[in-house]
Amino acid sequence: MSKSAPALPTHNARALPIKRVSETLLAIWPNILGFALLFAVWHIASVYIVQSVLFPTPLAMLSKAVELAKSGVLFEHIAASLQRIVIGFTLGSMVAIPIGLAIGSFTIVRKLVEPWTEFLRFIPAVAMITIAVIWFGIGEESKIFLIIYATIFIVILNTAAGVSSISPNKIRAARALGARSWQIFFFVSLPATIPYILTGMRLAMGNSFTAIVTAEMVSANEGLGVMLWNGRMFMQVEDIFVALFCLGLLGFTVDRLFRWAIFKFAGRFSPTA
Amino acid sequence: MTFVQLKDVSKSFNSPRSKRLSVAVDQFNLDIDRGEFFCLLGPSGCGKTTVLGMLAGFEAPTQGDILLDGRKVEGPSRDRGVVFQGDDSLYPWLNALENIEFGLRMRGLPKAERQEKAQGALKLVGLTGQHDKFPSELSGGMKQRIQIARALVNEPKMLLMDEPFGALDAQTRHVMQRELRKIWQATQSTVIFITHDVDEAILLGTRVGVMTAGPGGTLRDVISVDLKGERDRLDPQYSRHFSQIHNMIRDEVAKTTLGTGA
Repeated sequence: MSKSAPALPTHNARALPIKRVSETLLAIWPNILGFALLFAVWHIASVYIVQSVLFPTPLAMLSKAVELAKSGVLFEHIAASLQRIVIGFTLGSMVAIPIGLAIGSFTIVRKLVEPWTEFLRFIPAVAMITIAVIWFGIGEESKIFLIIYATIFIVILNTAAGVSSISPNKIRAARALGARSWQIFFFVSLPATIPYILTGMRLAMGNSFTAIVTAEMVSANEGLGVMLWNGRMFMQVEDIFVALFCLGLLGFTVDRLFRWAIFKFAGRFSPTA
Repeated sequence: MTFVQLKDVSKSFNSPRSKRLSVAVDQFNLDIDRGEFFCLLGPSGCGKTTVLGMLAGFEAPTQGDILLDGRKVEGPSRDRGVVFQGDDSLYPWLNALENIEFGLRMRGLPKAERQEKAQGALKLVGLTGQHDKFPSELSGGMKQRIQIARALVNEPKMLLMDEPFGALDAQTRHVMQRELRKIWQATQSTVIFITHDVDEAILLGTRVGVMTAGPGGTLRDVISVDLKGERDRLDPQYSRHFSQIHNMIRDEVAKTTLGTGA
């Protein structure tokens, strides 16, 4: 959410399609080069430096990925992990946002809930896996519980921080303009907090990835974590690399989508002023 | 006819660190007439912003009463439009027009009506055509214009301004001062304007109130500004006012520095 970013779309909308493509390329070529370098370094490291079957080249990884994609196995694993993340993340955020708003708005709520948040946020989701499996079994419920757990505190904390960092003059101005308390909440506090909520959600997405992979490694039938674990069990190093690569790509894509959505739908809430 | 009345208004705080009662404003008395442009001037820390905060209703006086149009001021209301020093009171997610419309929207006015009024206010502050700009796209002076328009469109009984041009560069400030006087004349509103700038107070005010140095500031003197029409710094009367007020402030500042041994 850089300051210059909002000016770009209006400028682009008026330009010709070809010009737009070339402008986009001009803007993202360092990213593309960065990715190419990543693969180049990987290739050099595996072919010339490590020279081991335990460290496949990017090409070997890609051909394995194509093979797994053709058989459909890869997509099953990805879909399983992604579905858990989406459900848990959405539920977690839906619970966390109102709690965070209440903590930020009312001192009494903050004091009541703080022991919970301050205590539980130091117990990582990973540490909760065993109890989650005991409570909810090895099915979907335990994974979704863990993602909710991984999401909830960071979103609560960011939302609450957002509410309490609203400048007092925004509230005072609204009161002097005749706004009632509920109007101040919906028309001032809430929109002013949106950038913080979204930041919390982005961070929570990262936590969700950690939690789901670990949970799937402990107990699941499919998912990227399962792929990683089976790769270890059966010494399928290429499978492990495919799973790692997919995690990176998935995280990158989801984060980009999130940023795009923020820009598209919440651009006016970006904290530039 | 007295429009705003401050009767023996005092304000003290329990300072959380020293656990002592600190007095911000002490026995403040002032009567202001309808249509006046009253400038409240004083050295920093004298409590002038506290006086404005109490007038706005953001804080209640510890002692004394504030009356507006014969009625006691209790809490903020749209009777009293407020213009703040910084731009942090604007809503960055709303564009210029939406910011100006805010008060009307809270009152539930229909969209067409409030947009028409807001456009009128935008024109009054000289920002016609800038309606779709967001605060982040506007300069400091423009943002203060938006604040003024946002307060005026709500048709308050009076306007409270807390060093509204304090953060602007000298050129912009001069332009804004001239325009504010025009707006004041056109709308015939009552204005209480806080400043620490002697020049600004004389150029804008019908009367200038000088406060004693804080802590526990109160009103020291009120000077009626005897300048006609378009105010001019070359007017000999301007110089007389300037040196008179300047000396008062200097005395007050000297008192505090002597008192603290600084």
